[in-house]
Amino acid sequence: MKAAVVTFPGSNGDYDLYKAAQQVGFETDFVWHRERGLDDYDLVLLPGGFSYGDYLRAGAIARMSPIMEDVVAFASKGGPVLGICNGFQTLCESGLLPGALVRNDVLRFQGMDVRIRVERTDLAFTSGYEEGQVLRIPIAHGEGNFEADKDTLERLEGEGRVVFRYVDRHGNPTDEANPNGSWHNIAGITNEAGNVLGMMPHPERATESILGSDDGLSLFSSLAASVPALST
Amino acid sequence: MSTAEGTVTEDSLPPRAGDPLITPEVVADHGLSPDEYERVRSVMGREPTFTELGVFSAMWSEHCGYKNSKRLLRLLPTEAPWVIQGPGENAGVIDVGDGYALAFKIESHNHPSAVEPYQGAATGVGGILRDIFTMGARPVAVLDSLRFGDLDSGRVRYLFSGVVSGVGDYGNCVGIPNIGGEVAFDRGYEGNPIVNAMCLGLMKREELITASASGVGNTLMAVGARTGRDGIHGATFASEELSEDSDESSRPQVQVGDPFTEKLLLEASLELIASGVITGIQDMGAAGITSSASEMAGRAGTGVELEMASVPVREEGMTPYEILLSESQERMLVVAEKGREGEVRRILEKWELEAAEIGRVTDDGRFRILENGVTVADIPALPLTEGCPTYEREGVESEDIKAWRAMDLSEHLIPEGDLTKSFLLLLGSPNVASKRWIYQQYDTTVRTSTAVRPGGDAGVIRIRGTKRAIAATTDCNGRFVYLEPRTGAMIAAAEAARNLVCVGALPTAITNNLNFGNPEKPYIYYQLREAVLGLASACEAFETPVTGGNVSLYNETDGRAIYPTPVIGMVGVIEDVATITRQAFQHEGDDIVLLGANTDEIGGSEYLYVTADLVAGPPPAVDLGAERALQQSVLKMIRERLLSSAHDCSEGGLACALAEAALGDGERPLGVSVSLDDDLRPVACLFGEAQGRIVVSCPPDKTADVLRIASLHEVPARKIGSVAGPDDGFDIRLRAASISAPLDAMAKAYFDSIADLMDSPSTGA
Repeated sequence: MKAAVVTFPGSNGDYDLYKAAQQVGFETDFVWHRERGLDDYDLVLLPGGFSYGDYLRAGAIARMSPIMEDVVAFASKGGPVLGICNGFQTLCESGLLPGALVRNDVLRFQGMDVRIRVERTDLAFTSGYEEGQVLRIPIAHGEGNFEADKDTLERLEGEGRVVFRYVDRHGNPTDEANPNGSWHNIAGITNEAGNVLGMMPHPERATESILGSDDGLSLFSSLAASVPALST
Repeated sequence: MSTAEGTVTEDSLPPRAGDPLITPEVVADHGLSPDEYERVRSVMGREPTFTELGVFSAMWSEHCGYKNSKRLLRLLPTEAPWVIQGPGENAGVIDVGDGYALAFKIESHNHPSAVEPYQGAATGVGGILRDIFTMGARPVAVLDSLRFGDLDSGRVRYLFSGVVSGVGDYGNCVGIPNIGGEVAFDRGYEGNPIVNAMCLGLMKREELITASASGVGNTLMAVGARTGRDGIHGATFASEELSEDSDESSRPQVQVGDPFTEKLLLEASLELIASGVITGIQDMGAAGITSSASEMAGRAGTGVELEMASVPVREEGMTPYEILLSESQERMLVVAEKGREGEVRRILEKWELEAAEIGRVTDDGRFRILENGVTVADIPALPLTEGCPTYEREGVESEDIKAWRAMDLSEHLIPEGDLTKSFLLLLGSPNVASKRWIYQQYDTTVRTSTAVRPGGDAGVIRIRGTKRAIAATTDCNGRFVYLEPRTGAMIAAAEAARNLVCVGALPTAITNNLNFGNPEKPYIYYQLREAVLGLASACEAFETPVTGGNVSLYNETDGRAIYPTPVIGMVGVIEDVATITRQAFQHEGDDIVLLGANTDEIGGSEYLYVTADLVAGPPPAVDLGAERALQQSVLKMIRERLLSSAHDCSEGGLACALAEAALGDGERPLGVSVSLDDDLRPVACLFGEAQGRIVVSCPPDKTADVLRIASLHEVPARKIGSVAGPDDGFDIRLRAASISAPLDAMAKAYFDSIADLMDSPSTGA
């Protein structure tokens, strides 16, 4: 059971993701963006950070790295791909996920714990959660405001592809609970096939109680439980 | 260039075409006094060239040469068995157990931040990160210690928000969590904001590398970003007072940061060090190539020869003078073992960075600069790095400050009765209020090791793979230092130590940042000397040696100096992460115990500033022995797992400390019911800033043990009340006064006040 953490110049969440994957039993490698080939892996992880300094637009240059062709190929074969924060931005830029992540509406970087509600539990990423479960997870981003055109949003909602939503402690998706202005309080979405997940919050930073929360651990253990079945 | 006698001696260098003649005005523009220039001539044995003058100007500036502070700094204790590297290197290093070493240092970027707050602050963070990873340590945490004028000024809000964005964007991008720090607002910092950044880095003991140019024949390589015309003479600029027009005219002396390149440079440097192909590495920080090359030679007792034409530059036509003094960011000087330059280049290429061979280590002790093979500077390295004239000046206390200290404050101690209004005012004062608006702009959780985030007494980073953790804090109340420098400096160290023990850490070592005005003024020199003496005695008492730091003088605008502000960055070791303690009350029904004694003091307090617009009176008394006993007793209570929470009393006094413990991070505030029978005037008891106090809470069945340990250490202690429920209020009763406030009103005052001032200011300048 092998996981690849794809690193770009400027990635800084690569190590955290590596440790989280290891923690649930994945044999994990860093794959540098100029390398090629993901065929040996069962799971591909795109970390947070500031690939290429977020110059031009978050994720816009990273998506042109050689390895991204392999990520697209891996995903099209049904392999699970998880992009967190800058990884989510890169997935949107590469077209694996719809929509875009623009500047937070407060026009400031937002680093804090938020609450997100699990909207779907039939995915390889979320099978360990209860539907409607509220998780406490850190965010740390300046451009996490999810936007899409009206049709795309309707499709995302209609097809149940919103996986996580910002909510208050009672589980309600209020404006106050929305840290960046994302439409429909969207914190994470999946593709049609359900094998590509992008999310702004950092589950890999909520994997031990000493860090303030271990609510993110189930995401990785869900993958550890589902991935063997996917690859056979 | 001709000598004073008009003849050319054997040693003299021919003038470089296009360089200005050296006149007394040119010398003065370089920040050197006539006497200092004479010293340059005697070191050289001839007239210096223009390039050489520039080199001396930078190396003998206050910023690089510590000419006004060096003699005083020798008074600070620097040794302990756990100190691996004391002052003199890029950063201090201590042993933190289990084979790990901690590199840590604080540095100022006050002058650049006053002129261009965003870049000034950002490059401050960049510089301190490089000081850490050039020791071989991976940066694991950043703290920032900031001071501004009052937020009702539009200019101050501009500086404040620019500095916070700059600190945040740089650290966030590189991926180093911010774990704490401090921010103060006082008109004493109106013209000169203080921007100090501290970094902590971890390594295995054997990974330590130093910045010396050893191995004659080895190759000097410039690594990272190219050299441009930015920041030329930044070190000299940082050693001058500012004036009203510094804004525009000095902006070219401020460097521009690129955190993306920094992140690549960080990874490349750590890989270089691990590979063993280099013998030394140093940041090209203040005074750029000049200081890095000459200091590396000075430390190793070798010489260096550098070819300016080989330095990768951003623009054509740069003179040796400009290349030597550029402070372009994200550059390193490394010493590669002869024959392994290709390996250095390969590592840099992987990280998409440049490495160029620019010179070699020599055995002649000279700092020699060539331009296309022609010598343009040739200076003995040791006098350049070590021979900077140092001064011991006359220090006399200011009569004005004496008068402020002696002011009769008794009328301010009169109020009695319901003091809830004053309490809420104080709680919402930016100096007391939650600094959430700031640290929410920082990434505090990247690297998944932050155990205590900003907002507590101290930040805590665990050491993966061990049970250990490191705690760190920065502290200084400049008002206290202003009113009585020696006491104020002791208080700064005492508060830092209290903050560390409150999270369960043993205070271990200090890095300090001495931010002062112009030392050539006797009253400023008095402040500097007194503060250093106070700090020295606190370091002795707490067994916390100083392993390095930074001195920032000339913090004055139009002749007005900042409060003397010796910022203490203190680190401590937690042996077992399971004992980490936090400031927030945890359980309804716990007892609240006050360790230490309330006093009748109100001098220098936030209460006086908020209610009477006064910075006056004597600072609170500090007893270093009592502080030490308090620290030890709290650590013992925490190690015996008796406490639910611990929180230091500082700005805003006991009432605000209780409020902070009640509100926590705002997730689940708990009520408080406290009664105080002190025979003191209520204002002093509630809002005075008496030292040596810590508020702890514990389950009622542990209270007897808590009191027993306190008494064992001869620390005054008593139960003052209990933690109430989330639906109860906050109540403090005294004999002649009371506070009674609902938690939601307190939360509003405490958490929203800075955001409200920043987002919808009522006044503007």
